[in-house]
Amino acid sequence: MAANSSLRDRFERGLNAPICLTWELTYACNLACAHCLSSSGRRDPRELTTSEALALVDEIAAMQIFYINIGGGEPMIRSDFFDIVEHAVHRHVGVKFSTNGTRLTPDAARRLAATDYLDVQISIDGVDRATNDALRGEGSYDAARRAMDNLAAANFGPFKISVVVTRDNVTQLDEYEKLAQSYGAELRLTRLRPSGRGVDVWDDLHLTREQNRDLYRWLLDRPSVLTGDSFFHLSALGDPLEGLNLCGAGRVVCLIDPVGNVYACPFVIHDQFLAGNVRDAGFGAVWRDSALFTSLREPGNPGACSACGSYDACRGGCMAAKFFTGLELDDPDPECVHGHGEVALAAKGLTIRPRSSEDHSGRTSVRLQRR
Amino acid sequence: MSLFDATRAWQLSDDVSLRDEPFGALAYHHVNRRLVFLKSRELVTIVRRLEDYDSARDAIVDHVPEAHVERYETALATLVPSEIIRGR
Ligand code: SF4
Ligand code: SF4
Repeated sequence: MAANSSLRDRFERGLNAPICLTWELTYACNLACAHCLSSSGRRDPRELTTSEALALVDEIAAMQIFYINIGGGEPMIRSDFFDIVEHAVHRHVGVKFSTNGTRLTPDAARRLAATDYLDVQISIDGVDRATNDALRGEGSYDAARRAMDNLAAANFGPFKISVVVTRDNVTQLDEYEKLAQSYGAELRLTRLRPSGRGVDVWDDLHLTREQNRDLYRWLLDRPSVLTGDSFFHLSALGDPLEGLNLCGAGRVVCLIDPVGNVYACPFVIHDQFLAGNVRDAGFGAVWRDSALFTSLREPGNPGACSACGSYDACRGGCMAAKFFTGLELDDPDPECVHGHGEVALAAKGLTIRPRSSEDHSGRTSVRLQRR
Repeated sequence: MSLFDATRAWQLSDDVSLRDEPFGALAYHHVNRRLVFLKSRELVTIVRRLEDYDSARDAIVDHVPEAHVERYETALATLVPSEIIRGR
């Protein structure tokens, strides 16, 4: 999906509908991962009802959004999960959904395997029990592996193994590749961002500069490893990675949260990036007309990056990573490959970092213990 | 992977949806999950109307100036590996 630069400029001005729409069905989750991007845990009583959810699917289909990324919370906790998914598929909207696997029983696996246009991503943030459970909680590794076994037994086909890359598991990439091969699965790596509860672990777990360089080379050698365009800030190191290589927030990317709020991207659940609510005039109106999205589609200001020869490759990196580390949006990415982000962070000193506006964490979330 | 022959008849694959966009269109293949960008309006029109012509070249000639025919043949050829268009 490499895009030439004129097309990228076009994307920055926005599209008729998103390419990458994430819809989080619920804030409820039976796990309590230390780095949860949506600070999930408890259900929100304002969550969309089944009929509202089905109507939203109809609007998504009418806007010709080809597929949606369903997440949460744990989406399979919703009792109408299959109704929503099957309605989407019936309306020719493909579904890619992310799950912690705890509810992916043999029966559920067979039902998923019988559904067309459906991709499943199982989250597992360590290739061994100890590494994963330190972040995702006790029992979560076994649950994820059981879900993978169930999908394999149901002949689901190539599901995806989804990994948030951290300082602790980045050394396991080769083993991850083998794990994926053993299931005939695809490997998907995404970036740890300081969003939601992620802000609590980001300082300890985000990749070091050296690890980022190693990861870049590893990914360049493996164009078939999926990244959801997560690591485009690393394209400043040389040849561009696969993908659009731009921050798509409000331009090609957005989030609909469980209560119908529309944010610029799944990683910026904060009032500053709230564009509207689907309950008002529908999703399309927010996408097309909201003041926030209109301003995000205006040409960006390179700010502190303007002197950088890599700006065309990296475009200053990830807005969410900057915002939740307390940087300005025209500062360099905190993980800038040239080290400018570290300088900017140091200059900020001990400013209080913003936190997500919605927090549905339960009373106990995993407290990260690093060995 | 079939090769592109502009003298043959082609059509948009049944599994593909097109969405118009300011730059042209997005094409999505629901089975192989490939997302492809059609980077001009003319290309979108040609792709949509391929099925009305006995050859891809006839479809192109009807929609773009002669000097651009070769460029559009190349553009169509890039849609073959992702199965956005198929021979008929
Ligand atoms: S200075 Fe800015 S544009 Fe240059 S590599 Fe760092 S973040 Fe990217
Ligand atoms: S804010 Fe970050 S995660 Fe969100 S679209 Fe931009 S680059 Fe991607």
